[in-house]
Amino acid sequence: MRYRCHVEVDLKPGLLDPQGKAVEGALPAMGWTNVSNVRIGKSISLDIEASDEQEAIAQVHEMAERLLSNPVIELFVIRGVQENPGLALEDHP
Amino acid sequence: MRRRPRVGVVTFPGSLDDGDALRAVTSMGGEGVPLWHAHRDLRGVDAVILPGGFSYGDYLRTGAIARFAPIMEEVSTFAEAGGPVVGICNGFQILCEAGLLPGALIRNRQLRFVCRFVEVRVETSLSPLTEGLVPGEVLTVPAKHGEGQFVASAEDLDRIEGEGLVVFRYCAPDGAVDDEHNLNGSLHSIAGVRSQAGNVVGLMPHPEHAVDPDVGPTGGQPMLASLLSYALARV
Repeated sequence: MRYRCHVEVDLKPGLLDPQGKAVEGALPAMGWTNVSNVRIGKSISLDIEASDEQEAIAQVHEMAERLLSNPVIELFVIRGVQENPGLALEDHP
Repeated sequence: MRRRPRVGVVTFPGSLDDGDALRAVTSMGGEGVPLWHAHRDLRGVDAVILPGGFSYGDYLRTGAIARFAPIMEEVSTFAEAGGPVVGICNGFQILCEAGLLPGALIRNRQLRFVCRFVEVRVETSLSPLTEGLVPGEVLTVPAKHGEGQFVASAEDLDRIEGEGLVVFRYCAPDGAVDDEHNLNGSLHSIAGVRSQAGNVVGLMPHPEHAVDPDVGPTGGQPMLASLLSYALARV
């Protein structure tokens, strides 16, 4: 079975996020003076062949721990594992 | 006659400072040995340098992809056996990603790429780059990076400080460590750390760009001289 998986990676809450700070600094110039705590993370999507959803999640979890994120500075969550009927990449919304 | 220590310099796709590192090793009396990321072969070298640059375009995270290069297995085995391994700039980032050094490097606090000479203070003589140097000594070397802010969890930082793993700190010309001279916002102004065993060391500034008096300060000379004698002592 093929599954479409989404992984979100974010800097740990305690760490300064310079990219988020830069964006936060730019928003007031456009009139949004009511914004704080801007954080910028990564969204990673992939297709994986696995026998069931649990196995797909387990493998993506291991990938996230070993490569997709760095546990020293980042946290990750796996979101939206769904059975994929085999659409081409450009067909994903 | 004393043998010239052979120092391997690994070239990854996107390495930039491999040429300077080879040249610096040679000018300091060693033999520079080019190593290729895709080979599982260290060519019998006495020490390994992972040079600066932007391996694999810094994709995902700096050093994240390079740590899985075939040669990194050999570098890990070499390091476990006590061989001296030095990571400079991107090489430092790779060693942190590989778990051979504690902590991680993130975007500079000031959001800008920095490129200038900096002063670093030697914190320990127990590393391949500082053997024979005196703690407190100040060296001038260039730094050029966008992601050099050293971070670690509170527990890791306590361990790093407690076990004396800090090798260099950014400092004022007189050796004072303060926020003003903290180049990139690194925790505790850390510019370089070593492994627990002491044979793996990484730093953001570039000793290999600072060995020739014709082109600027020579703070890299004592570091590389230390590496060569450290490598020879193990032979």
